[in-house]
Amino acid sequence: MVDGTRQVEDLHLRSLTKSFGDFVAVDDLTLTIPAGSFFALLGASGCGKTTTLRMVAGLEDPTQGSIMIGDRDITALRAFERPVNTVFQSYALFPHLDIYENVAFGLRRRGVKDVRGQVERMLELVELGPMARRKPAQLSGGQQQRVAVARALINQPDVLLLDEPLGALDLKLRRQMQIELKRIQVDVGTTFVHVTHDQEEAMTMADTVAVMNAGRIEQMGHPAEIYETPRTVFVANFLGQSNLIAGRRTGVSGDHTLVEAHGLTLAVPSNRCFSLGTEITVGVRPEKITILDAVDAGRIPEGHNRLEGRVTDVSYTGVSTQYLVDAPWGQELIVFEQNVIVGDRCEVGDPVVLHWSPSHTFGLHPAQGGTAGVDPEAAEGARTAAHLLADGTGV
Amino acid sequence: MRWLRRNLVGIVAIAVLVYLFIPIAVIMVLSFNKPAGKYNLKFDEFSLEAWANLCGVPGVCSSFVTSIQIGIVSTIVATLLGTMIAFALVRYRFRGRSTTNLLIFLPMATPEVVMGASLLALFLNLRFPLGQITVIIAHIMFIISFVVVTVKARLQGMDPRLEEAARDLYANPRAVFRYVTFPLVLPGILGAALLGFSLSFDDFIISFFNAGTLVTFPIYIWGAAQRGIPVQVNALATIVFLVALVIVLTAQYVNHRKRRALDNPTPIAADAALPRS
Repeated sequence: MVDGTRQVEDLHLRSLTKSFGDFVAVDDLTLTIPAGSFFALLGASGCGKTTTLRMVAGLEDPTQGSIMIGDRDITALRAFERPVNTVFQSYALFPHLDIYENVAFGLRRRGVKDVRGQVERMLELVELGPMARRKPAQLSGGQQQRVAVARALINQPDVLLLDEPLGALDLKLRRQMQIELKRIQVDVGTTFVHVTHDQEEAMTMADTVAVMNAGRIEQMGHPAEIYETPRTVFVANFLGQSNLIAGRRTGVSGDHTLVEAHGLTLAVPSNRCFSLGTEITVGVRPEKITILDAVDAGRIPEGHNRLEGRVTDVSYTGVSTQYLVDAPWGQELIVFEQNVIVGDRCEVGDPVVLHWSPSHTFGLHPAQGGTAGVDPEAAEGARTAAHLLADGTGV
Repeated sequence: MRWLRRNLVGIVAIAVLVYLFIPIAVIMVLSFNKPAGKYNLKFDEFSLEAWANLCGVPGVCSSFVTSIQIGIVSTIVATLLGTMIAFALVRYRFRGRSTTNLLIFLPMATPEVVMGASLLALFLNLRFPLGQITVIIAHIMFIISFVVVTVKARLQGMDPRLEEAARDLYANPRAVFRYVTFPLVLPGILGAALLGFSLSFDDFIISFFNAGTLVTFPIYIWGAAQRGIPVQVNALATIVFLVALVIVLTAQYVNHRKRRALDNPTPIAADAALPRS
């Protein structure tokens, strides 16, 4: 598949905008996707990620802006003229053609020679050689997915677009296909642009993740970088979970900005503080927090951020234990503790002290409100659980 | 009592089937009859005469051929026009689209007597000579509605992403139609054509008004009924029924094979048994 002479080029989106009537689906998006990278556009449904993808594919005309591959402007080209191929959500395999003809479709339309050899090699790459003469409906979901990838990749596009490619698969198969897709991408070296709402999927596969919200990119970077250092409340909540505490800037101590919140002073590294005003929302990931029985408070290292609370819920999930802890001002905080030691967990009602290193703390601008990016269903579930629990103790 | 309750559905089903098939069986049986009198109503004597001498009665075969000809011509024209109308209605937004959608149903809703009579009035006013042409025009008119409705349903049920996928895979608009849209809509078009042909073949009322001196098969039978229907009519009717049966069974067989292939996925692939979404 890989021919060394082929020049792979960056994909540039410039001020790309798409509106449907009054609704702006994609808002002045400027973005460079480096050649050969696995790029994930992550966002909730309706955030504009699929519209962006369709504009790159040529299936949707941008209202404004341009799309370039290297220095070629492809904005005005129609879908069938673009060196871009798509793996569609739920695959869109041609039901009347067998697997072989599905994969050969693009080559035949372009009048390429040696269709047979290329199709056979491609089917081998996705391990579907023996299925060549079957119809798509005779294949399982995972196999159909691989056909869809093969059908697109065989054309050696400059950019391969994947629209929620694993959405229709069950969890186990999805994990397997994540690894598979990543392997294929490394093999062929094509730029993959992957649209998904599944943060785990995005983080597992992509070199670069762009979190999209309301037609704009909130933050973009390596998965670990975005996870460890979210720059907005939306990203902090959408990508994993975060404890966010509203506070006010009070001063500086060395490299740290000090924030006063509900009578506590919390330290945030100044280079991880993304709010310029006085209002700062202090954030920390649940697994970065250590939970201690209140009597052990003396063991907390010097300089750590700390707060006291009371355990309201304990759920054992195998790998870790998830605690809900009520802070003195009534906010519920989440703590994940690795189950390294068996036994001796905190119990509901225990007074505890939470502490974490300032270097794991981030400071955000509170403009979006504390719940931006929270999955509404999950939040609802947590609230219901908390109410049930409260009722239970009341009786 | 208990037995009855358990088997009631089966009994009713058989009763309905008997009700549906007795008339056909009677026609078939009587095609082997040699009636004693002038009416072929009661089985008198077994004979293969009608089968051996299908065209033995003047007019039977010529009317049969006339009806087949009319059916073929009007089906082809109506299917072509109807398919194009269906595409226009589903794929394009134009002025008068919803009106057209509504008007297309009118021929189906209008009583045949009314349609036949008004067409006759039209042809007479235009001084258009009645005959095969007028019957074909009338048939095309009412078949189109059925074709449009059938093909439209098929088009609307088609996943728009299939055509997008084709465009994405370097198919220009013409290639998209030729390699994706048309093959996918074809079963709908064929179904519409079959339906159209059978509607045309057995139409009596509209044909009768507009035939002039032309004799179609149904008109022949109507005429013959006055003085005793020849046994050959039963034989021809049996042939028509058998041909229809073969078509239906073939379609069933093809479907069945497709489904069996779906139910037995390959044992080679480990994930073959996983459900498809």
